[in-house]
Amino acid sequence: MLKELEYPFDGKLLLKNKKKIRKQLLDSDANFIDKKVAILGGSTTKDILQMLELFLLNNGIRPTFYESEYNQYYQDAMFPNEELEEFKPDIIYVFTTNRNITSFSQIGDTLERIDTLIDREYQRFSEMWDKLANVYRCPVIQNNFELPFYRIMGNKEASDIHGSVNFITRLNLKFYEYAQKHDNFYICDINYISADYGLREWADPFYYYMYKYAINPSAVPLLALNVANIIKSIFGKNKKGFVLDLDNTLWGGVIGDDGVDNIVLGPEESEGQGYSEFQRYIKAHKQLGIILNIDSKNDIENALSGLNHPDSELKPDDFICIKANWDPKDSNFTQIANDLSLLPESLVFIDDNPAERHIVSNQLKDVSAPEIGDIQNYIINIDRNGYFEVTTLSEDDYKRNEMYKENAERAQLQASFSDYGEYLDSLEMQATNKPFEAIYMSRIAQLTNKSNQFNLTTHRYTQEEIEKVAYDDSYITIYGKLTDRFGDNGVVSVVIGHIIDGICHIDLWLMSCRVLKRDMEFAMMDSLVHRCKAKGIHEIRGYYYPTSKNKMVRDFYHLQGFEKISEDPDGNTEWKFSIPSDYKNKNIHINVNE
Amino acid sequence: MTREEVYKKLDEVFQDVFDDETIHVDDSTTAEDIEDWDSFEHINLINAVEEAFGIKIKMNEVKKLENVGQMVNIIIERAVEC
Repeated sequence: MLKELEYPFDGKLLLKNKKKIRKQLLDSDANFIDKKVAILGGSTTKDILQMLELFLLNNGIRPTFYESEYNQYYQDAMFPNEELEEFKPDIIYVFTTNRNITSFSQIGDTLERIDTLIDREYQRFSEMWDKLANVYRCPVIQNNFELPFYRIMGNKEASDIHGSVNFITRLNLKFYEYAQKHDNFYICDINYISADYGLREWADPFYYYMYKYAINPSAVPLLALNVANIIKSIFGKNKKGFVLDLDNTLWGGVIGDDGVDNIVLGPEESEGQGYSEFQRYIKAHKQLGIILNIDSKNDIENALSGLNHPDSELKPDDFICIKANWDPKDSNFTQIANDLSLLPESLVFIDDNPAERHIVSNQLKDVSAPEIGDIQNYIINIDRNGYFEVTTLSEDDYKRNEMYKENAERAQLQASFSDYGEYLDSLEMQATNKPFEAIYMSRIAQLTNKSNQFNLTTHRYTQEEIEKVAYDDSYITIYGKLTDRFGDNGVVSVVIGHIIDGICHIDLWLMSCRVLKRDMEFAMMDSLVHRCKAKGIHEIRGYYYPTSKNKMVRDFYHLQGFEKISEDPDGNTEWKFSIPSDYKNKNIHINVNE
Repeated sequence: MTREEVYKKLDEVFQDVFDDETIHVDDSTTAEDIEDWDSFEHINLINAVEEAFGIKIKMNEVKKLENVGQMVNIIIERAVEC
């Protein structure tokens, strides 16, 4: 993570030094995933491509690009396009602006005529999206339209059916309806981004007349940040939670010195209102499944008394881990990540103190610790970074906070058992291990993109690819769903086996870290063996491809009773399991429904 | 601002934009002399120059620029105050 690319950034500096920054990013030892990005443009897009590359690299995604010729987005999409087909994009970004609207309404047009114009404009786009979805089967990101930079009727443009502001607003709504109905289609909201940047500057027509840039190059970094956020979210690189400081972060003042009655929070003072709104902002993230934690240099009693302050929007119960002590913040941070079975880099550190931010981001590689500025800027500086950019909202997301809470309760229960097997039995676990079903496709795709640690091959799938293998007879697919006395963990494990010449090759085996050490992996193994036997298959081959994150499963196949048959210098290993006719189930603690 | 001062700053801009610290420009430098200086980088270069000197180069001027010397003439004309 380069500080230069974190909001608030200096866009002009990024534009000027982009070559140097690119080199720096490529030379870092980050573990990139490679993705192919097609940009179909309605105006010049080279500047967008270059900036997007920087922001993607910064998110651990190394892109290769296909770029359409100037204003050829429509032709590229609608007509046979060998080059693009060969390129096989992982994602397509359609960069169009209001310069690409072919006809606006005229003063004097009837409402009927205007409806037709809007429909015609919309259809041109929706046909293109359908076509892209059919041919390339990958996610599509489409700009909506920014508002026009002049208004001949002035304010009336917004409400009058003949106004271009009205026209664009209605057309945008049609785009959103399409997005609501289509899973792999995402809107890049340039209407918001341009407003945020300043429409007048954004649209500076100098650049259009001179170079056919539909937007001011200075606005491109902000646009690119947004597009990169959508892409990294699709590929499972969102952050998962906050680690928050308390004093002068969630309230004004130092509670240990000032006392709970004197902290600045609540409607009475201007700064207090700022902290209250910030607390509401943080709390709202819980609905998205973002988990909240505290890392504060305080006595625990003081920390809790602050959170129990009558004006505190956030209560102790809103947090999963509260670390209030005098240990260095980075070690608390690591502890929190461990407790949650998350990687440190999936948590964002929020602290008003630059020295604390420095120690955390220095000690823990790739942890974001944004420069939040003063209280009135906290929200903007966190929000614009798009750490939690939403592309899909599954039921699991809503429930995630509950699940982490349940995990904490399980940990307590575990402490009361001396025998681990007894503890597992006391959880009264029920698993459902079945072939992929339609309702779980999005969750399964999400898991393949999010799971890094318990993941043997780290093969990423789009939802379409998941659906494809699900309905292909030469694949064995198993999703595993685990419930226990504390609640439903949802779909937590996925196995995909490819049958070639009577041997089942495991393309994917992953498990969510939230169910580590519950024997779920053994239950999955049993299910895989049962399915193989039913198909008359007697041999399974497993593959382990090491990454910087999946060391925990290096010996996984060994534990499952496989025999290693090869290993290359990079540590990639291949394993073989001959299914004995008297295979004995490995799992004894989970009641499985297959 | 003297021509010399302009060149000192201009060298830095060129070096950043083309990520090459060996670049030094003079009156007669043209796009032919710098490998990466294509029409696209030209736009970035103009923007970076405008930003560095706090000036705006007009549309008709951008089109007519033949060498760095002409660019420097415009900079000196506009940036007299700094």
